[in-house]
Amino acid sequence: MAHDIAQAHGHEAAATNTGITNRKLAFWLFLASECVFFASLLIGFLVYGDKTNGGPGMELFNINLTTISTFVLLMSSLAMVLGVNASQRGLARDAMKWILATAVMGQIFLGFQVYEFWHFVHEGFGLTTSPLSTAFFVLTGFHGAHVFVGILWLLSLLWHGRRGGLTAEKSEAVEVGGLYWHFVDVVWIVIFTVIYLLPKVH
Amino acid sequence: MATVAAKTLGFLPRPTSKTGFWSWVTTVDHKRIGIMYLITAFLMFLVGGTEAWAIRIQLIRPDNDFVSAQTFNALFTMHATTMIFMAIMPLLAGFMNFLLPLQIGARDVAFPRLNAFSYWSYLFGAIFLNSSWFWLSEKGVPDTGWFSYANLTSLKFSGGLGPDFWTVGILLLGTGTLVSGFNFIVTILNMRAPGMTLMKMPIFTWTTFITSIMIIFAFPAITVALLMLLFDRQFAANFFNVESGASVVFWQHLFWTFGHPEVYILILPAMGIISEVLPSFSRKTLFGYNVMVISTAAIGFMGFTVWSHHMFAVGMGPIVNTVFGITTMAISIPTGVKIFNWLSTMWGGQVKFTTAMLFAVGFIMLFTIGGLSGFMHALPASDAQQTDTYFIVAHIHYVLIGGSIFAIMSGLYYWFPKMFGRMLDEKLGQWNFWVMFVGFNLFAFPFHFLGLMGMPRRIYTYSSNMGWDFWNLVSTIGVFVLAAGITLFLVNFGKTMSKKMDAPADPWDARSLEWTIPSPPPEHNFDKVPTVAALDDFWYQKYPDEHHKDLVRPATPVDAHGIHMPGASWMPMFLGLFNTVAGVGIMMHSTVVLAIGLVGTFLAIVGWAFEGDGGYHIEVEGGH
Repeated sequence: MAHDIAQAHGHEAAATNTGITNRKLAFWLFLASECVFFASLLIGFLVYGDKTNGGPGMELFNINLTTISTFVLLMSSLAMVLGVNASQRGLARDAMKWILATAVMGQIFLGFQVYEFWHFVHEGFGLTTSPLSTAFFVLTGFHGAHVFVGILWLLSLLWHGRRGGLTAEKSEAVEVGGLYWHFVDVVWIVIFTVIYLLPKVH
Repeated sequence: MATVAAKTLGFLPRPTSKTGFWSWVTTVDHKRIGIMYLITAFLMFLVGGTEAWAIRIQLIRPDNDFVSAQTFNALFTMHATTMIFMAIMPLLAGFMNFLLPLQIGARDVAFPRLNAFSYWSYLFGAIFLNSSWFWLSEKGVPDTGWFSYANLTSLKFSGGLGPDFWTVGILLLGTGTLVSGFNFIVTILNMRAPGMTLMKMPIFTWTTFITSIMIIFAFPAITVALLMLLFDRQFAANFFNVESGASVVFWQHLFWTFGHPEVYILILPAMGIISEVLPSFSRKTLFGYNVMVISTAAIGFMGFTVWSHHMFAVGMGPIVNTVFGITTMAISIPTGVKIFNWLSTMWGGQVKFTTAMLFAVGFIMLFTIGGLSGFMHALPASDAQQTDTYFIVAHIHYVLIGGSIFAIMSGLYYWFPKMFGRMLDEKLGQWNFWVMFVGFNLFAFPFHFLGLMGMPRRIYTYSSNMGWDFWNLVSTIGVFVLAAGITLFLVNFGKTMSKKMDAPADPWDARSLEWTIPSPPPEHNFDKVPTVAALDDFWYQKYPDEHHKDLVRPATPVDAHGIHMPGASWMPMFLGLFNTVAGVGIMMHSTVVLAIGLVGTFLAIVGWAFEGDGGYHIEVEGGH
């Protein structure tokens, strides 16, 4: 642990009061803040659930297709866990394999999303169709943007790894990247529940 | 002192100069950043004050035509936006930046470069938003009020660039604020001096802590609201488009979910300031420190449960109105507790009325008036009479000038020697206080009468048969007196800065750690990391009493290779700059400018990540 802290500070070993490094603590706070960000967008979707403005409504959302993409995203989180674990044990090559797998699965998820967007637009459900469509595209779009940023992040970790940067001492970089990836996953679980699952329950 | 040779993949080397203009541009020193915040924010305070002056000139007599109705709309919008986002918040951020590490015995904040980035986001955001006055476009200035209700902000009703300036500008300012919030929380949780448990922290640090927590939960809500508005205006989305079935009340909920915590963000640090000043000049410890901390936390939490009291006139129904009425009344309990704590702090103390103390006592009185009118708004039935009248204007000016600004003035007089190494002139200071105090009450107290007489807020003129002539005239006279008071501060500032630095380390015989080091502090703050055994530890080192004579302090940590200082950097400034360029691109609907902004932002992030450590070490005599 002390070694982690030294890394975060360059080379000065300054123990923190909480024992958690500044970087990781800041990142947890950032995620807390992001919760409110997504909650606000989700509320927009909930408020506008029946505001279809004459366009297609909730019946458009295809739970079968999204279940597959959701499964892929969940599996990406599993790969990320294995990647973090490998990097903490100093197995840089394994870590890079799992990180690559995570990024690929994230990319597949985004592919599903692009297809879904394209399909909806062809069904007459575009950004400007109705309050419902606006809320849907902006909510899932911002989530997709988060996944995209996550993929860039993973790629930068891989780039670090190729230069020999993913040592056990620097595993916190992977861990924090993992925190972000899991968070984006968890947000998707909520979005999936609200958009695709709950309407089926009614 | 040895510069660490760092292999760098960045675009620009870490600057090493310690003096001159560019050393300020590239600084990551929290004290310099604090001073830059204070000076910039004070200039913005004067800009907002000038707008207030123009508003009052327009209203000095009935049927006046000093400005047009359109200009008047722009004036009140920019006055409020400037005062809230670009003057009071950053003035308080200036104090937080300067004081927070000193009060907890740290050598800097957790992320010095991010801290610099917060400042540059603020500066460029402020320049961006105010440049709307000079943008060559009709109706370029935001004119939809500081809460910019939908659907007045729709393209249909505001075709100009005003709401775009407002949206992008506040997004830029908010970015800096959010980053500061993370930075301060981590600094407080992780970097306190050995022995300083949370309940031994100075009270200003506590208010900074709670305020930062409020910031990180309140600002995402406004960010989403602004992004939605941006989508509506730029891409014809439907978040607030009534014609397609959207709800305009949705904006109000999102805005006030942020907006009400925001007013506590503006007042909690101010309360922290006077909670430091009152004990110093009463020569007593703060009465009920624990209760004060709990009250601050309670206000921070409850601040998120009262937002709909801004919306009683919307017609949310009796149940919702009642719930928010009750939560609003409840939040005045911790606030009232604080007022009694301050009074009890002075009770039986050896009270010395320095200028800082006068402003602090003035705060208690004026904030109580503002709090009482706020309490009246908690009753939905009463609020229905008062909403959108000058009574509301009276309330916000009593809590924001009588509250926040008076506390800021108090803090400036109190910490000026620590910041600039010179004592502000006390005689001028007394004049400063009394002229401001009289001027402010002359200016804002008539708003109560005008409001009860039914004068609506935001009207650009009125006819003389309404009976509002006299009090409007009094208020405008008051604004001149208030301005004279603020001018006295500027005179005092100029006069003091021309003197030589001679302030002692502890001019007020005070209690917290910032007074243990020279005025102004050295760049590394503390030669030795201080250790703490009690609240007001420094006081008991000077005056040990029965309960505090045998305090056991933890061992001083050893700086193995001297004191490590973070290197200066160009990247925070560039990141703030290119963010703003991207904002300009959105404004101009120019893909080229947007692309320049985004590419610049990306490069600044890459440069940031790879510029290397660049820190250096300071060896201090006896520092080991």
